[in-house]
Amino acid sequence: MSEYALAARGLNKSFGSLVVAADVALSLPAGVRYALIGPNGAGKTTLINLMTGMLQPDAGSIFLGDDDITALAPNQRVRRGLVRTFQINSLFPHLTALESVTLAVCERRRVAETWWRPLTAYRDEIDEAHGILSSLTLAPVCHRLTRELAYGQQRLVEIALALATRPKVLLLDEPAAGVPREESRELFAAIAGLSRDITVLFIEHDMDLVFRFASRVIVLVGGRVLVEGTPGEIAADPRVRAVYLGKARHEVIS
Amino acid sequence: MTSATIAGPHEVLRAQTRWHWSEIAFWLATLLPFVLTPTYLVLGSQIAITALFALSLDLILGFSGIVSLGHAAYFGVGAYTAGLLSTWGWGEPLTGLAAAALAAGLFGYLTSFIIARFRHLALIMITLGIGLVLQEAANSASWLTGGFDGLQGIHTWPIFGALRFDLYGYTAYGYALAGLFVIFLVARRLIHSPFGLALRGIRENNQRMAAIGAPTRAHIRTIYTIAAIIAGIAGAMLAQTTETVSLEALGFQRSADVLVMLILGGTGRLYGGLIGAAVYMVARDQFSGLNPQYWYFWIGVLLIAVVMLLPNGILGGLSLLARRAKAMS
Repeated sequence: MSEYALAARGLNKSFGSLVVAADVALSLPAGVRYALIGPNGAGKTTLINLMTGMLQPDAGSIFLGDDDITALAPNQRVRRGLVRTFQINSLFPHLTALESVTLAVCERRRVAETWWRPLTAYRDEIDEAHGILSSLTLAPVCHRLTRELAYGQQRLVEIALALATRPKVLLLDEPAAGVPREESRELFAAIAGLSRDITVLFIEHDMDLVFRFASRVIVLVGGRVLVEGTPGEIAADPRVRAVYLGKARHEVIS
Repeated sequence: MTSATIAGPHEVLRAQTRWHWSEIAFWLATLLPFVLTPTYLVLGSQIAITALFALSLDLILGFSGIVSLGHAAYFGVGAYTAGLLSTWGWGEPLTGLAAAALAAGLFGYLTSFIIARFRHLALIMITLGIGLVLQEAANSASWLTGGFDGLQGIHTWPIFGALRFDLYGYTAYGYALAGLFVIFLVARRLIHSPFGLALRGIRENNQRMAAIGAPTRAHIRTIYTIAAIIAGIAGAMLAQTTETVSLEALGFQRSADVLVMLILGGTGRLYGGLIGAAVYMVARDQFSGLNPQYWYFWIGVLLIAVVMLLPNGILGGLSLLARRAKAMS
C-alpha cells in the first residue's frame, strides 16, 4: 500500500493563456496536517477543485492511496474518502442543520435511494448526524434552518457535512473565512481535534493559525509549488519571504 | 441528560411527518361534493385528475427543483395508452391505469437521462422540446391517435365489473378521488423518506450534493420516472372518465396550465397542486360562465393578484397567516 493518503503527479491546468496549475506534484502522508498557502491568485482553490474533480486537469494524475482517481466524478471521489469544504458557504439553506448532516450520513450509507421507508426509521443515521453536530457544539441549534444560523455556525455545518462522509482526506478551503478571529481559533481547535486517521489539508491566510495547526506547509505561487516544508523551514525560507515581501510583510513570522 | 438530548432529534423529525388536523379536514372536505354539489361531480372528477397531475409536477419542480414546461407529454402518453387499449377492445379501468403507468414510466425513464444532465433555463427548453416533439409525432401518426380529431370509440368498463361510469359523474368523481388519495399517500411517504430528503438537497444545492458523495443524476432519474408514472396515471384517468383523448392531452397549454396551478397553490408543499388545481378550475368554470369570451382576462387578473399578494402561493400565504396567529396568541 502507498504510504501517501493523497498524491498528485504533474498536474497542469490552464484557462486560455492563464496557467493556474503548472506541474504540481504533491504527496500527503496519512494523518498529517498540511497548510496550503500562497498569495491571492496562486491557484490554491483551483488545486482543490482539480483534486476533488470539480475541474478536470489538462494533464497529470491524482491518486487516493494506491488508486488513480483522475477519471472519477466528484461524488465518486467523495465515496472513496476524498472530501472538501467550500470557501464560500455552500450549504442547504432551507434544510435544518440536522437534516443536512443526516442527509450526508444517509448518502454515505447508501440509503438515500430508499423512498418507501420514513426517514424517522433510520435512527442510527439520525443519531450519528446528531453526534457529529454535538461534537462541533451545534446540537442546541440543530433544528434551526441552516440559513438562520450565525455565520460561524454555518462554517461549522460545512465541516459537519464533510465529516458525515467519513473522509480519509479532508481538504478545507479557508475554513475560517469571514469568521471573527476569536471564533476562528475555536474552529481550528475543532479541526485539530479531528481523528488522526484523517489527513487534512487546509488553505489559510492567517499565518498564526498556519504555524499553530499545520505540521507541514506547502507554498503555492503562480500555479507552481514553490517550496514544501515544516513551518520553521517555511518561515526561514528566503524565497517565501520574497514572495510575501511588500504584500503582507507583517504576516510572515521571522 | 444524555437520553433527553438523544431522544430530542427523533421526536422533532417525527413530529414533521404526523398528520395535521387540517390535512384530515381537507380530505374529508373532498367528499362534500357528493352531497353539496352533485351537479358538479363531472367538474370535480376533472379537478381531482388535474390535482394528481399537479402533484406529479410538484415532486419534480417543488421538491427537486427540476423545471418543466413539457410535463403534459407524460400525461398524454398515459391518456393515449389507456384510450388505445380501450379502442382495441380492453376497457377494464384498473389494468388500463397500470398499462398507462408502465408506458409513461418507460418514456419518463428514457427522457430522464437527458433531463438529469441539465438545470434551470436549459431544462425549460428541453422539456418544452420533448413536449413539442411528442405532440407533433402524435399529430402525424393519425392512423394510431386519430390525429387532430382525437381518439374515437373509447368505452370504459365498470370498475370491478360493478360500478358503471354514469352521466352525472358519481363514479368518475369517486374513481378520480380514490386514485388521487392513494397516490397522494405514496407521494407523502416518499417526501418523508431519506430519498425525499435527498431531493430537497438537490433543490437546495446540487453542487453540494455531489460534494457529500450523492449520485444526483441517479436521484433525478428516479424521481423524474416516478413523476412521469403519476402523470401517466392522471392522463389515463382523464381518458377513461371522459372517454375521449385529443392532442390537447399532451399539448403545451396543458403543461403551462399545470405549472400555473402549482405555483398558484404553492410549490413544494404536496397540497399546493391540489389546492391550485381546485381554485384554478373552479375559477375558470365560473369566469367562463360569466363571460364566455373573455374569461382568460379574469384568469390573468387572478394570477397577477395571487403572485403580488401571496408570493409563495395560496398555501404559502395560509401558512404565513397561521404562523402570525400563533405568534399573537
